[in-house]
Amino acid sequence: MKQLPKEYYELLEQLQMVDFALVDLTLYLDTHPNDYQAIQQFNQLAQQRKQLKKQYETTYGPLQQYGNSYSNYPWNWDDTPWPWQV
Amino acid sequence: MWIYEKKLQYPVRVSTCNPKLAKYLIEQYGGADGELAAALRYLNQRYTIPDKVVGLLTDIGTEEFAHLEMIATMVYKLTKDATPDQLKEAGLDTHYVNHDNALFYHNAGGVPFTAAYIQAKGDPIADLYEDIAAEEKARATYQWIINMSDDPDLNDGLRFLREREIIHAQRFREAVELLKEERDRKKVF
Repeated sequence: MKQLPKEYYELLEQLQMVDFALVDLTLYLDTHPNDYQAIQQFNQLAQQRKQLKKQYETTYGPLQQYGNSYSNYPWNWDDTPWPWQV
Repeated sequence: MWIYEKKLQYPVRVSTCNPKLAKYLIEQYGGADGELAAALRYLNQRYTIPDKVVGLLTDIGTEEFAHLEMIATMVYKLTKDATPDQLKEAGLDTHYVNHDNALFYHNAGGVPFTAAYIQAKGDPIADLYEDIAAEEKARATYQWIINMSDDPDLNDGLRFLREREIIHAQRFREAVELLKEERDRKKVF
């Protein structure tokens, strides 16, 4: 398994932070569908998330597959590390 | 359909190889109030619950799979370097002879996972109350595991999971209120 640089952990944590807010807001909005401010926050974070995903995948490879991420050559979806190896 | 994302929901770190803690954690992997039971319970209820709460069940059920992966990661990291002797000392000898270091869906006492842990009543209020109870029981289990653990890195991840149980229970309580409001509105003409 390749050694992961410090920057990997920093970027991963940034992504986890934004994604956590998005998960939590999703559940909140499931029971508070009329909270306009929360939806604004949700859409802002969703946009921020898109940028982070792009940044992460450019350096560290695809986060999702089935076509939700691009692939390098050769196919790099199954490159380590898998999440439990991080 | 579901799409896998190649990252944990929250970082999982452990301080040392500690198969004893892994043995406790398996309760949340294949136990009655564990993450697998939670995911299967909520996703299965979606087909017969009013439309208003299907989104919530889908999203919480999906998050439970992310938690299942975190528990698996904890168990994996706590046991990957353990020798058979260390596993024996931790009371995992009976696990080892059957599974080596593989994870298995059973509880801390070694009882295999069963669908009997999950109810499906078809009555929305009954089902949601079961969900609230399941979250509260899972929260309590996380607290008992934290009380047994002296690994500060592991406890950080466990505290995150404990907090999520609180949020889920809260959202399910709100779902009950949403359904009651809807029911009462239908009666007024």
